[in-house]
Amino acid sequence: MKHTIAVLVENKFGVLARISGLFSARGFNISSLAVGETEDPMVSRMTIVVEGDDKTLEQIKKQLNKLIDVIKVVDYKEGDFIDRELILVKVSSCPKTKREILEVIEAVGAKIELAGEKSLCIEATGDQAKIKTLVELLKPFGILDVVRTGRVAMDTTDKGLKADGKPEVNE
Amino acid sequence: MKMTGAEILIECLKREKVEVMFGYPGGQVLPIFDKLYDAPIKFILVRHEQAAAHAADGYARVTGKTGVCIATSGPGATNLVTGIATAYMDSIPMVAITGQVKSFLIGNDAFQEADITGITRPITKHNYLVEDVKDLARIMKEAFHIASTGRPGPVLVDIPTDIQMQQTEFVYPEKVSIRGYNPTYTGHVGQIKRAAKAISDSKKPILYVGGGAVTSDASEEVSELAIKNEIPVTMTLLGLGAFPATHELSLGMLGMHGTAYANHAIMDSDLIVAVGARFDDRVTGKLDAFAPHAKVIHIDIDPASVSKNVDVDIPIVGDAKMILKELNKSLKKPDTKEWLKTIAEWKKKYPLKHKDDDVLRPQYILEQIFEATKGDAIICTEVGQNQMWTAQFYKFMKPRTMLSSGGLGTMGYGFPAAIGAQLGSPGTHVFDIAGDGSIQMNIQELATSVVNKLPVKIVILNNGCLGMVRQWQELFYNKRYAYTCLHDAEPDFVKLADAYGAVGMRITRKEEVRPAIDKALAIENTVIMDFRIEREENVFPMVPAGEAINKMIGGGLA
Repeated sequence: MKHTIAVLVENKFGVLARISGLFSARGFNISSLAVGETEDPMVSRMTIVVEGDDKTLEQIKKQLNKLIDVIKVVDYKEGDFIDRELILVKVSSCPKTKREILEVIEAVGAKIELAGEKSLCIEATGDQAKIKTLVELLKPFGILDVVRTGRVAMDTTDKGLKADGKPEVNE
Repeated sequence: MKMTGAEILIECLKREKVEVMFGYPGGQVLPIFDKLYDAPIKFILVRHEQAAAHAADGYARVTGKTGVCIATSGPGATNLVTGIATAYMDSIPMVAITGQVKSFLIGNDAFQEADITGITRPITKHNYLVEDVKDLARIMKEAFHIASTGRPGPVLVDIPTDIQMQQTEFVYPEKVSIRGYNPTYTGHVGQIKRAAKAISDSKKPILYVGGGAVTSDASEEVSELAIKNEIPVTMTLLGLGAFPATHELSLGMLGMHGTAYANHAIMDSDLIVAVGARFDDRVTGKLDAFAPHAKVIHIDIDPASVSKNVDVDIPIVGDAKMILKELNKSLKKPDTKEWLKTIAEWKKKYPLKHKDDDVLRPQYILEQIFEATKGDAIICTEVGQNQMWTAQFYKFMKPRTMLSSGGLGTMGYGFPAAIGAQLGSPGTHVFDIAGDGSIQMNIQELATSVVNKLPVKIVILNNGCLGMVRQWQELFYNKRYAYTCLHDAEPDFVKLADAYGAVGMRITRKEEVRPAIDKALAIENTVIMDFRIEREENVFPMVPAGEAINKMIGGGLA
């Protein structure tokens, strides 16, 4: 099963290596990992999508929490968060197919970022379903290049994720 | 006042009350060594950096303080790696300091450059590369704090040479504040209550005590819990000494080479109280078959250890000593009479034994070391048969007297650890129980031991082969002894001792054992005792890998 985890970390060098190293050393699978600065330049935020059963996920959270540079780990429950991904797709186009491609783009809600002589560069932002649909629909035209950011996620409450440190373990 | 990075480092070590450190100099730590020369810190020059890390580890295990070692960049730093990994697996507080090439050369493949923070990332609790001399004092303070608190572990600090020479104002921070590090010490009150009830309600409880009980100095509390409530105690390799082996409630070690009665008891128990132990594979054997009827209470400072291998019913995260103190207050004694009777029968039926004949057997040597020292000694081991015979036949009476590489299983650990232990506990008899294989992995430290006048006693259980691997080949690989024979080119250990200025003895007959031990104990010098033991002797009982731990073989077991 896939899980989406938000991780606040110290914005220091080597932190990404600590996180990715932990996943590979302990045999956890990362489906995607996205990282960027937060409003506080000392803190970075990662969204990690991992695969595993509940027991594996529990270990992943605990092991992440053991890292000194990890400030907070939150495991999002299904339905309690929104997630988005950005994709750029370069697809072959000729005067014959262009019209059809434009229809796809409109239907999915993507846009053209760059129109070349023989190709179109398409950008879309959205959840997994939307990204998947776009890729599927563009396949027949000949995809030349794809790049995706990986998912970023945020919960749906009125509160933000605070970098106030790890709570005591209460068990 | 302005100070150089090297001076700041020494000042930090003084503030942390470091009395002894272990290391080896080199090009990228010259500024530090120049300051160490005048520092009020006893510096022990080892002959290989690996030994510096093991010695710091041994010193830490015996004293409870943080062990400190230092090496130069590149090969010096990489030579520390096995010692750091050993300390990491056994949760030993250690600060390892390495020199690094000048900051502006990092990443340039400079002479003796190695990315040691990268290399040690998975085997340290945390590590630092110092990028600015202004950070050095804070980093050192944090390093000692992280190494010694929570679940302890090694912390590495990598310091480029130019930073060792740069100057800044020295300010040692009073307090450490790391928002991502907040270990839990006090156990949850509700969980402790639930645990107390589960213990009171149990009929067949067992205490399963690991290295964490030793680390948190919880021996007294373990003993109180066991004795007042008449609960039997089994220990992991690193837990040995937490509860006196001669007490009738002690079942000795459990697991792959544990006693039959400890394994039967834990498998048949209805409640396991795990204290600072992590249910590792050498203890549980086949996980699905492990203790099928038992409820599990797990007391551990590391939340990640809880329910990692065995599902836990009542986890209590925190310091073992503090939690047991609370737990002991509120306990109602369970009725364990029947249970103890069953265990007594197992003890009678499946005792830990060895052949008692005229042959020089290793088990007898360990029994005699116990007799001669009355258990008032520090026993370090190497890894393999020597380690398991020690765990089985030497009766550990006190915590911090059993030093062994339990998690990583590092051959070559015992002797340098014994050097560290002897420096940490000068008046105590310190032994290294070795095999002829493992002693040769760090034998160069004879020089370190002799020059520092350390009366470490090296007991070589010499069977001319890599005994534990040979045992597996005998049992599971059709006696195809692939590359486990050492006897064709065995050095003369007596002459070797002599060459280094130590004392060498060779013991070939059973009746010579005790006189030799007594003689060695009276010698104020490093002694090598080369015991020529029976080659075919194996460690039994034994649980074959992947089997349930009550499916033991050998030692007259059904």
